Amino acid sequence: MDVTVIATESLSKRFPRVTALDRLSVDVGPGVTGLVGANGAGKSTLIKILLGLSPATEGRAEVLGLDVATEGAAIRERVGYMPEHDCLPPDVSATEFVVHMARMSGLPATAARERTADTLRHVGLYEERYRPIGGYSTGMKQRVKLAQALVHDPQLVFLDEPTNGLDPVGRDEMLGLIRRIHTDFGISVLVTSHLLGELERTCDHVVVVDGGKLLRSSSTRDFTQTTTTLAIEVTDTDEHPDGTRAVREALHARGVTVQDGSGLPGAGHILLLTAQGEDTYDLVRDVIADLGLGLVRMEQRRHQIAEVFTNDDDAQRKEAVGHGG
Amino acid sequence: MAAEQSPQALATPAGDTRIHNIGYRSYDGPRLGRSYARMSLYSQSLRGAYGLGRSAKSKVLPMLLFVVMCVPAAIMVAVAVATKAKELPLDYTRYAIVMQAVISLYVASQAPQSVSRDLRFKTVPLYFSRPIETGDYVRAKYAALASALFILTAAPLLVLYVGALLAELDFTDQTKGFAQGLVSVALLSLLFAGIGLVIASVTPRRGFGIAAVIAVLTISYGAVSTLQAIADVQGSGDAGILIGLFSPITLIDGVQSAFLGASSAFPGGVGPDRTEGILFVLVTLGLIVGSHALLMRRYKKVGL
Repeated sequence: MDVTVIATESLSKRFPRVTALDRLSVDVGPGVTGLVGANGAGKSTLIKILLGLSPATEGRAEVLGLDVATEGAAIRERVGYMPEHDCLPPDVSATEFVVHMARMSGLPATAARERTADTLRHVGLYEERYRPIGGYSTGMKQRVKLAQALVHDPQLVFLDEPTNGLDPVGRDEMLGLIRRIHTDFGISVLVTSHLLGELERTCDHVVVVDGGKLLRSSSTRDFTQTTTTLAIEVTDTDEHPDGTRAVREALHARGVTVQDGSGLPGAGHILLLTAQGEDTYDLVRDVIADLGLGLVRMEQRRHQIAEVFTNDDDAQRKEAVGHGG
Repeated sequence: MAAEQSPQALATPAGDTRIHNIGYRSYDGPRLGRSYARMSLYSQSLRGAYGLGRSAKSKVLPMLLFVVMCVPAAIMVAVAVATKAKELPLDYTRYAIVMQAVISLYVASQAPQSVSRDLRFKTVPLYFSRPIETGDYVRAKYAALASALFILTAAPLLVLYVGALLAELDFTDQTKGFAQGLVSVALLSLLFAGIGLVIASVTPRRGFGIAAVIAVLTISYGAVSTLQAIADVQGSGDAGILIGLFSPITLIDGVQSAFLGASSAFPGGVGPDRTEGILFVLVTLGLIVGSHALLMRRYKKVGL
């Protein structure tokens, strides 16, 4: 697989009155990449250029090794696109619609039907796929939009604000689905959002743009790798009615400093401690086993990407991405 | 990568029902590209013009109009056979002119169906994020509506022709008349489809589209035929003939009376002569080409 999925070189797009993209140079590798920016930061303009639908004013860009200026059709055959806005006719069923879109991507009729059935199942649409789309919930419509972008098994998908309009549960499900597009389906993803926070769990790499300029491009691991905070949650037993406290005391006795997870969901039941290395994990396991408690969770708590930006000196930068989290 | 995913089972919220997820399968089959996609859009749009592949409700009107188009032809044939007539009560070329209201109604209902829906529900970006380009979309839609109109207008001619042969009318005469009729309705289909689509593509609202197409077709015809009648009464026949350039149906009438042996429906039955006829042909072709150009311009702007 190519090392670079998307590459732009001082890419600019100027309209008579606004500059949508200003000398943007960025390389995106395989995996899930978040494109973050406030509304009007140039995200959609960038996608349009990458699909070969709108010529750049200057600079160049390549998608999957193909030049956007000259090989647009070849790019569009290999990528999928999920628009931000509604794009579904209400009077046809999801199956009919996605089959049609598969054929529009060049799949023969039989393959289009098979791929449609597969893809709709993967995005989580079952019996309802035979009903007209007009009766679907927002979450189901988003799934159909995603399915039409995946049905021709592209190498790369552009997802424009896929969590827009979803409730928290739907949002989590959509983010999980996006993660699976890469891990299970092997398709690279470029996902845009104006919320930095929600991309943290999902993306391998985050590109932040503002006013058409690149603010930052780095892997999510870089953003968060300094942290080694562990979060622990345990059950209570008859012997230890307050299991959390018992663990805290036992760990304290072994010289490990533990904090309450105050300010976090489930505060009071969650303990935070700084892991010194592999040994800390074993220690925690042993302590809890000795107490006879059940371990509900033990996870690495990453810092929010937003925190990384908060530490930044550039106040403007904070402004642009501070809505995350 | 994807194919190596081990099979896993997903439990549904229902509890004991398990859906066995065989994992993601990638697609290695053929990708047939742009021309295939254009053909797919054409066939989908053509089927859609008769409500096929759409809801039962949307089949009613086009099917009804199709039947209304064909019934008079069937009756004429029945009469011709029963009375052992020497010729059909109506020329092949005249049929579409007489039935123009039905044709107009069909264009008005199906042109917005074909393009306004894509605009209204913003489906257009999904097309243009695929291999096809503006020209492919416009040509597929145009060809589909023109074909649908051709089916609508040629089917009754076929009924007449088959009936005429059954009634043992003169084969050469009938075949010639049928062929002339087909050329005429082909031209009519292209012209009406173009005008209908241009009007419909301006508005994402289907209702407006329907009203606008009906208005343009009927008002232009009403105005032209009134002016022609006035010109006829005042004895300026030539002016009357040239007025016919300003409505689609009289354009077709002019073309076929000049070149396709049709009797004109113009006042006094006098259509354009050959020289004037060339003007009618040029205007008709100009309108068809112009409609196509306008559609191209319209869709250039509809990006994502």
